[in-house]
Amino acid sequence: MISDFLAHLDTLLLWAFAGCAFVSAALMLVLRQPMRVAMALVSCMVFLGGVYGLLGVHFIAAFQVLIYVGAVMVFMVYAIMLLDPRDEAASGGKYSKFFWPGLIGFALLAEALAVGYWNDLPHAPRGAAGEPFDITRFSAAFLSEYWLHFELTSVLLLAAVVAALAVIKENRRHDRG
Amino acid sequence: MDKVQMLQVLAASLFALGLTGVIIRRNVLVMLMCMELMLNGVNLSLVTFAHTMGSAVGAVLVFLIFVVATAEIAIAIPVVLLLVRRKRTLDIESYTDLKG
Repeated sequence: MISDFLAHLDTLLLWAFAGCAFVSAALMLVLRQPMRVAMALVSCMVFLGGVYGLLGVHFIAAFQVLIYVGAVMVFMVYAIMLLDPRDEAASGGKYSKFFWPGLIGFALLAEALAVGYWNDLPHAPRGAAGEPFDITRFSAAFLSEYWLHFELTSVLLLAAVVAALAVIKENRRHDRG
Repeated sequence: MDKVQMLQVLAASLFALGLTGVIIRRNVLVMLMCMELMLNGVNLSLVTFAHTMGSAVGAVLVFLIFVVATAEIAIAIPVVLLLVRRKRTLDIESYTDLKG
């Protein structure tokens, strides 16, 4: 019995991580404080990292935790701490006037998913290779076959740095004026 | 429902929850976080297909999305800070004069 349990442990963990990621994502819609929403998003990203690890793509799991949780969300948490997140309490409610259209759209999409579930979704085609790829294969493909994507990431990061500097300069001009 | 189908359903659910959050929430920072959730849903879908097909192109696109998310946040947060300095609020409905 224990050997059966251990044999299916990765499947159980995958379902547990997926369920926790879904619950964390759903909590983002109902929590009021932005800091709690940020913590829910961080936990969702960490659970998704666990899913990637269980799928065997360990380097993407590492990227997920390092880049998303370690950089993007820390930046977001700093921004929340810098601003006063409590001012929405004075402006009446946390939901916008598009609450019902948004909810109806979500219900329609959930219904489409449920119909797909009950009708058994088509199985994804299996590749010839099948085995999970490692960082060596990924790096070789990234720098040779997909060099355009690599260059695109460089250009995007450069554009982001220039845009962030421009925004900061505008901020300073506004302070002086 | 096998593993791949479950992960695709989860990816679609994450994208739908993120989109709903962008539509129904009023706080600008929460809306930005919901956009990140949408990108996470897309990433999960790409990783699942890359894992199933044994191809590297999904991982390359995931890497590209990581960079896009980082660049988006690096620009969006200073813009939000600038807007909040002018309007003194994070409420998206206070920025209706940006409509033009």
